[in-house]
Amino acid sequence: MSATPPANRWLRVDAWRGLLRDRPIIPLVGLLVLLVVVIELADPGIVNPEWASVILRASVPLAILAGCQTLTMLTGGIDLSVAAVASMAGFVTATLVNSPGGVIEGIAVALVAAALAGLLNGIGVGVFRVHPLIMTLGMSFVVLGLANVWQLQMVQTGAGVPSSLRTLGTGTFLDVLPYSLVVFVPLMLLILLGLRRTGFGRLLYAIGDNPVAARLSGARAWQVLIALYVISALMAAIAGLLITGLTNTASVSLVDTSLLPAVAAAVIGGTSILGGRGGFGGTIVGALILTVLTALLTVLGLPEPTRQVLFGAIIVVVAAAYTRVTAES
Amino acid sequence: MTAAAIASRQRTLDSVVATARRNTWTIGLLGFLALLLAFTKLIQPSYGVAAVQGLGIGVLPLAFAAVAQGVAVIGGGIDLSIGSMMALTSVVTATAMQGQGEEFGVAVVVAVLLLGLALGAVNGALIVITRVPDIVVTLAMSFVWAGVALLVRAAPGGGASHWLMGLATGSFANEWVPKAAVVLVVTVAIIWIPIRGSRLGLSIYAIGSNRPAAFRSGVAVGRTRFLAYALTGLFAAFAGLSLTASTGIGTPVPGPYTLESVAAVVLGGVSLAGGRGGVFGPIVAVVVLQLIATDMTFLNMDSNLALVAQGVILIGVVMFGSLIQLRRARA
Repeated sequence: MSATPPANRWLRVDAWRGLLRDRPIIPLVGLLVLLVVVIELADPGIVNPEWASVILRASVPLAILAGCQTLTMLTGGIDLSVAAVASMAGFVTATLVNSPGGVIEGIAVALVAAALAGLLNGIGVGVFRVHPLIMTLGMSFVVLGLANVWQLQMVQTGAGVPSSLRTLGTGTFLDVLPYSLVVFVPLMLLILLGLRRTGFGRLLYAIGDNPVAARLSGARAWQVLIALYVISALMAAIAGLLITGLTNTASVSLVDTSLLPAVAAAVIGGTSILGGRGGFGGTIVGALILTVLTALLTVLGLPEPTRQVLFGAIIVVVAAAYTRVTAES
Repeated sequence: MTAAAIASRQRTLDSVVATARRNTWTIGLLGFLALLLAFTKLIQPSYGVAAVQGLGIGVLPLAFAAVAQGVAVIGGGIDLSIGSMMALTSVVTATAMQGQGEEFGVAVVVAVLLLGLALGAVNGALIVITRVPDIVVTLAMSFVWAGVALLVRAAPGGGASHWLMGLATGSFANEWVPKAAVVLVVTVAIIWIPIRGSRLGLSIYAIGSNRPAAFRSGVAVGRTRFLAYALTGLFAAFAGLSLTASTGIGTPVPGPYTLESVAAVVLGGVSLAGGRGGVFGPIVAVVVLQLIATDMTFLNMDSNLALVAQGVILIGVVMFGSLIQLRRARA
């Protein structure tokens, strides 16, 4: 006899637990919709295509930075150097705007510098087994310091955010779809498919879930980790370029305030900081939730301090909910 | 000399050797600090009393933050909310002390220390009850405490009792001994040494080094973690007090102390895996880092390179440590 599910299965707590455990993205999208409904109720008429466009533009860089955290957290690591690398990338591009190569040269130099930082992170974590927290924290000091040195060197040449980056960060198709999606959508597909369909993606999960088993099955963790941290640094650089364009500012500490929200977005999105569990889909929704939440708290007229307190409280509550459902499986 | 006397002398010697062996890293750091001071005097002959006192005041907040982080990390956790707790305790101190008498200031200090204990206790309780990883909870709480700090005071300001500021400035007994250093060492010694020797201290090291084993040996893991975080909050309150003491005001925005305290703890010989190291190593590490930055200015090097150096030293030291462990594991 095939067991037919009872009619009231969605009324049972277990079913919801299972949903949150196996498909965390569904309740997350529910939470996002709820937030949008609340913001519409709080300020009728605010939710329109232009508003959505503003939210998307703000969410894209955050989602990319949170993607760096997601990928590294899957292996049980973390990347605290993304803020320094992202700021550096935007800043370097802005300082090279008047160079012979123009914007292209600036972006190329920024990406190479970012890849180098990522390579060193990967070698430290993968080969020398330095704790990822320490390795990337130390790297963030190095990158920030060198960016400051660069700033002093380049101060005479004059700098400005290239107009192409400004367009990429702030421009929209038909006033709705942000240009930054041109960068984000391919990147998103690459990561989503890469995590599910490629050996590299499965290796990330395997290393995070059980490093010993992964090694015994023939996975060369150091190669995976080096590639991973280079990818993470490149993604951070891309996010930095977008943020530089979005804010029309180039500064060596531009992205610093996004570091902890990026970790928070990954955690809210269901990625475990202990490794082996999570994905990029949840992270994107997590970044959207954080952005809409910030917008909602602004609409409600709550001052910045109250916003921060609620922000922190929500992270704890969501993380606690995940821990509860995953621990009881 | 009787056999008993020889045996007792041998025992004393043994315990000295054992202590030295346990604290190799801290002793090595102290040696390095002495070399660094000599080097500083060599390249900058005018480096004298005033500079040493400045060093004492300058490192005080970060040194307390490093001790706070040290306690959390020894217990196998990590506290990313230290900077925010410092900002909160600092603005509460500055706001409460503004325009008040000196005696009232004493009450404020006691209340702020209790506040720190309570903040840490909330962190610890949340970690134990929700079972969410320490790093996530304290990250979230760093937003909360920083928000509360801004609610207390929207802009930097306030005041500090004169005696509190006097505690951080000037010298003690000998002009070469900054009062700040004495305050730091005495405070940490009075609080930490008795705890380390007690059942609680042993439990903190035990849960940091091997949690399941500690649990099976009858250590109350949840309660110990809770108390360790409360202790971290207490030391963060000391760090916040020293921020107010050294600046005379309270600033609601957290400084770079959280991540720098993690760096100092690691350089101070505390293993991020927990259960290893002490709180005095991190203090020496903070002084060493500060002195390296000072030396680089004396050598007319770009001060930003000091930040680079800090990162390279941090990575280098940890790499060196893990290489030794890898070799040991192979042998």
